[in-house]
Amino acid sequence: MAEPSAAPAAAPLVSVRDLKVHFPILSGVFRRRTGAVRAVDGVSFDIAAGETLGLVGESGCGKSTTGRAMLRLVEPTAGTVRIGDDDITTAPPGHLRRLRPAMQMVFQDPQASLNPRMTVMDIIAEPLDEHTRLSRAEKRDKVLDLMDAVGLSADFAGRYPHAFSGGQRQRIGIARALALNPRFIVCDEPIAALDVSIQAQVVNLLEDLQARFGLTYLFISHDLSMVRHIADRVAVMYLGHIVEIAPRDDLFAAPLHPYTEALLSAVPEHDPAAEATRQRIILTGDVPSPARPPAGCAFSTRCPKVQPVCRTTAPATVVTAPGRAVACHLVAGPAAAGSVGAS
Amino acid sequence: MTDAPARPAEAAGPGGASPPAAGQTRKPPASPAAAVWRQFRSHTGAVVGLTVFAGLVVAILFGPLVWTVDPQLIDIRARNLGPTWAHPFGTDQLGRDLLARVLAGGRVSLAVGVTAMLLSLTVGTFVGVVAGYFHRLDGPLMRLTDLFLALPVLPLLLVLVMFFREPLAGAFGPEMGTFVLIVSAIGLTSWMQTARIVRGDVLVLKEREFVLASRSIGTPSRRMITRHVLPNVMSPIMVSATLGIASAIITESALSFLGLGFPPDFPTWGRLLFDAIDYIRDYPERVMWPGLAISLVVLSVNYMGDGLRDALDPRIRGR
Repeated sequence: MAEPSAAPAAAPLVSVRDLKVHFPILSGVFRRRTGAVRAVDGVSFDIAAGETLGLVGESGCGKSTTGRAMLRLVEPTAGTVRIGDDDITTAPPGHLRRLRPAMQMVFQDPQASLNPRMTVMDIIAEPLDEHTRLSRAEKRDKVLDLMDAVGLSADFAGRYPHAFSGGQRQRIGIARALALNPRFIVCDEPIAALDVSIQAQVVNLLEDLQARFGLTYLFISHDLSMVRHIADRVAVMYLGHIVEIAPRDDLFAAPLHPYTEALLSAVPEHDPAAEATRQRIILTGDVPSPARPPAGCAFSTRCPKVQPVCRTTAPATVVTAPGRAVACHLVAGPAAAGSVGAS
Repeated sequence: MTDAPARPAEAAGPGGASPPAAGQTRKPPASPAAAVWRQFRSHTGAVVGLTVFAGLVVAILFGPLVWTVDPQLIDIRARNLGPTWAHPFGTDQLGRDLLARVLAGGRVSLAVGVTAMLLSLTVGTFVGVVAGYFHRLDGPLMRLTDLFLALPVLPLLLVLVMFFREPLAGAFGPEMGTFVLIVSAIGLTSWMQTARIVRGDVLVLKEREFVLASRSIGTPSRRMITRHVLPNVMSPIMVSATLGIASAIITESALSFLGLGFPPDFPTWGRLLFDAIDYIRDYPERVMWPGLAISLVVLSVNYMGDGLRDALDPRIRGR
């Protein structure tokens, strides 16, 4: 695949090419493979160093699986993921372990992502135990520095996760992710399980840390207003495909893909006058099963602007403007543009 | 280690809660062992259990030094006595002193119970964790467990004793050989329940996000198991352990009763119990002493396990 012009100008830190994750469906007495759930089905994008890419989409569209496959927490079926100069998807286990410090993850459920039998000190020190040879005192200093960085009092170091609120637990998870000075962090719906009043704190903390440490984020969320706040560019996923990827302001000002339009129309306006005139695009029907995706465009079963061609041919991803690409038959890009994303 | 984030402390604290002053004292957190002990002491049942168990162990270890009557001494004229000052627990049908026999039998019974429990717990936990954690080994190991569950225990023990009594007696001496034989026979036929329970818990734990988080750090499987899996399956293991001691003591007595265990004149609690059952109509108190001893051990271990389980769980410990 040619170097996509949808990529940002600088050399990307993270580049994902045609990533596929298929989970086999086993059935029958002999557990034979009778099909596959195409959770992620050919996803390509780049993230520049220091950038935040928002990944949005409804439940079950493959957002989290994409994030996990990028860190090899789920084995990808096909495709490549490169972080810096290292190919993540083909790295053998020993090499992969050495690459782990560069890429970390913040999880959705701060309750489940912390071992209830470990103190905060032990939880944050775990990455240090695995990858550094610091003395006990150095480790403790480093952990207390990290707790300070995420706004936790050093007095809490000996406590167990159950003694903390959701927001504090998420700070512990963020401190753990920061411990090895990663370059790239996958934030897998880090605020979805939190109270609205805490969400802003955690998102602001993530932004602060990004500015201080030069972090690159993949921010997975279904909260469009939060993505609008934190992301530089936004990728919209539907049924394992990226249907549109664009700089944040362009996407929110003028969505090109009918699915993006429908998603954005669901975001309430804070201005009552605008809210009164907001036109909602209500999609009918359910998301098709990723085990049996429709022929042609994945969105053709629910698209309000569906054409006959959509039901037979999958749309190519066309680049409509620098840094902007969309996969839809209705959008005619500049002729002979490079392609990126769902094919 | 890369460049920018190397020293987070040098940067100003973000707008979070209470950034500590630079010179603030950084005292280490309280030792976990002390916290566990504090919680254990607050559990009344556990403290009573510990006291009773410690009392029994002390009596068994040091009792024969105080009560110096030979448990094997046959005094046929003093047979079938009730409790007297000369024989506080009475005597049996051959005139042997029951207190001395209960004390002597306790050494063997407790040693067999605890050792067999540890053996079956180790095997059961190992099989359960490996089967639950490594998907590829799950099928073979669980079928092996089913196989052991399906084996009829007593005929199996009979065969084991037939084959291994002589070589083991030759290697360790007659009494130690029987001890090794009985402990391994009981241990190897009672690990299956533990393995099944542990496997089930490991399967659940493996999908928790903190295990995923640990994998994203790059923790290898062996440390993942010791750090994240084992501490979180402690509760079912504790329960298995407390029940295991009781069933091991009782299995040993059944074996002795069948003539497969220790020799007939060698006192163990199970042996005493079975000897006394013949005379239960005339001398019911004779069943009581070994029965009471077994019940006290089982109950006290059970309460200790209960308290320990609570004490090891930080979520309960805080209350």
